[in-house]
Amino acid sequence: MFDTVNYLLVGILSLLFLYPVWYVLMASFSNPAKLMVHTGPLLIPNGLSLEGYKAVFKNKNILTGYSNTLFYVGAGTVFSMFLTTLGAYVTSRRNLYLRKFLLPFFVLTMYVNAGMIPDFLLVKALGLHNSRLALILPAAVSAWNLVVMRTSFLQVPASLEESAKIDGANHWTILWRIIFPVTKATFAVITLYYLVGKWNSWFHAMIYLKDRSKYPLQLFLQEILVANSPTGLGDEGGAGNDFYRLDQVIKYCTIIVSTVPILCVYPFVQRYFITGVMLGSLKE
Amino acid sequence: MFHNYLYIILRLNCVDILCALMQYKYKGGSSLASHNNNIGENAVAGYYSSTVKKNVFQKLKRDFIANKGLYWMALPVILWYILFQYAPLPGLAIAFQDYNMFRGFSGSEWVGFENFLRFFKSPNCWRVVRDTFSISMLSVLFSFPTPILFALMVNELSTRWYKKTIQTVSYMPHFISMVVVCGMISDFCRTNGLFNDVRMLFGAAGRKDLLSDPDLFYTIFIGSGTWQGMGWSSIIYLATLSSIDPNLYEAAYIDGAGRLQRIWHITLPGIVPVIAIQLIMRLGSVLSVGFEKIILLYNPLTMEKADVISSYVYRAGLQDANYSYGAAVGLFNSVVNIVSLILFNSLSRKLTEASLW
Repeated sequence: MFDTVNYLLVGILSLLFLYPVWYVLMASFSNPAKLMVHTGPLLIPNGLSLEGYKAVFKNKNILTGYSNTLFYVGAGTVFSMFLTTLGAYVTSRRNLYLRKFLLPFFVLTMYVNAGMIPDFLLVKALGLHNSRLALILPAAVSAWNLVVMRTSFLQVPASLEESAKIDGANHWTILWRIIFPVTKATFAVITLYYLVGKWNSWFHAMIYLKDRSKYPLQLFLQEILVANSPTGLGDEGGAGNDFYRLDQVIKYCTIIVSTVPILCVYPFVQRYFITGVMLGSLKE
Repeated sequence: MFHNYLYIILRLNCVDILCALMQYKYKGGSSLASHNNNIGENAVAGYYSSTVKKNVFQKLKRDFIANKGLYWMALPVILWYILFQYAPLPGLAIAFQDYNMFRGFSGSEWVGFENFLRFFKSPNCWRVVRDTFSISMLSVLFSFPTPILFALMVNELSTRWYKKTIQTVSYMPHFISMVVVCGMISDFCRTNGLFNDVRMLFGAAGRKDLLSDPDLFYTIFIGSGTWQGMGWSSIIYLATLSSIDPNLYEAAYIDGAGRLQRIWHITLPGIVPVIAIQLIMRLGSVLSVGFEKIILLYNPLTMEKADVISSYVYRAGLQDANYSYGAAVGLFNSVVNIVSLILFNSLSRKLTEASLW
């Protein structure tokens, strides 16, 4: 009895998780005219049509946004991983006296930060305002990720490191040849954390960027989806003229186009995320 | 090179011991027995107090020599932290200034606590703090227990493929970006949108634009937050649950415990420590409500209920370029958060020690 109820409840919950996205997916393949007058739930496309997608792909902004996002995510993740790995490695070396100062130095920033305004003024003072670097440099290291990585480095047996040292390895060799192969799962986890975080980020772009040619995808999405402004749709390709007719469908299509990459990837890498959460909750 | 350092270290030590001994010489005499003891104690005391700083410095020097590679490795990270995390902190001083962008930091006038007083006296202050507190507390009330309940339910599933599918589906909302979630919300809240359809199904009076109704704002905000976070937040509870000894369940079953009884007496106590830590960490950020979602969802009609401290800082500070004022309000927010975090953290240290089962 309990089981039946449980299975049912959990199933209903899952449908609730799925349905909004399903609705959007179905609506994106629907006929624009029919969609505008449609009320009620959607289970299948309302008049199968690819008009929405055609308009979206004609939209230069989407393409610009995509390529910008790919750059920010790619370069940003590499840079972040570089700094985070070094920080995690250094703070996980037990015989290092500096470690006593470094770890609090890094972790304190999780709780103490200057806030929005001083960060903004700093970026301006460094001349990074309206530059692509403003999306890569300031948000590079997350202390949380550093701690997770450090925890997993600490679990590598000390004997491995010692035998390498006897063989004359320096720290770069130890990191690259010994730590990295053993903790590949952690690298995958942290890379994914950074990747998803950077893909979805938009606020920094909103306050630091002025050139529309540098906008990431999420910022264009914000214009189209939330601010409801036609400028997000681009002024070429007829999309601007058809704005009111295609308004609805375009929104759904852009959601699908921007979210599908992550949604397709995450089921295959979810075990890494789960590992990450567990590592993060372990205390040394 | 190494020898030079060693020489300096030894010389410093000798000098300090000599100094300590000389200090002792000028103190009053005492009986021979205690005299001998005192020599040792005072020498050590003198040595310690005057060389504590030198000890740390020397240790660092020795450490550097022994681990040069590590120091070089740490350098880029340290530089990054200094530049992007610690350098903005002095910038908080503008909260005490009347910051003028053109005159810069040194040219702006110091006004003390005027910015803070301006905030506390403004009609917005009470509204903004009240909204922040309401949203934060409501989200603890609704968004905190739901992942736990979800984890408990999923944990009881025995069919493996069903369990895996449910879990995978539940993680999905977490990966959708905030912009897209808010886009979906604003679309579903339209007069002809999905939420209105559902309302009509349950016999509501009429359709309306749900995002313009201030009374519905909390429901929409918290509800969508719960939807997005339920699956992801349940990971930590599920992982803890899977490590509970199955023998306990078997023993209880043999003793005749029913399903619900087993959950109450075995499962729940197993995750109470994790719940306690998560709860206290959550309560520690009582006045921090993420501004991103607020900014994406609020509008002039719902401002009364929707404006939180961080969105106020964004509007009044950044958008209107009142940098000093924004920094002051932000600083106030940070201080409250740090204080409540320290408070709840020390509470957690006492409580979790007492709740070790």
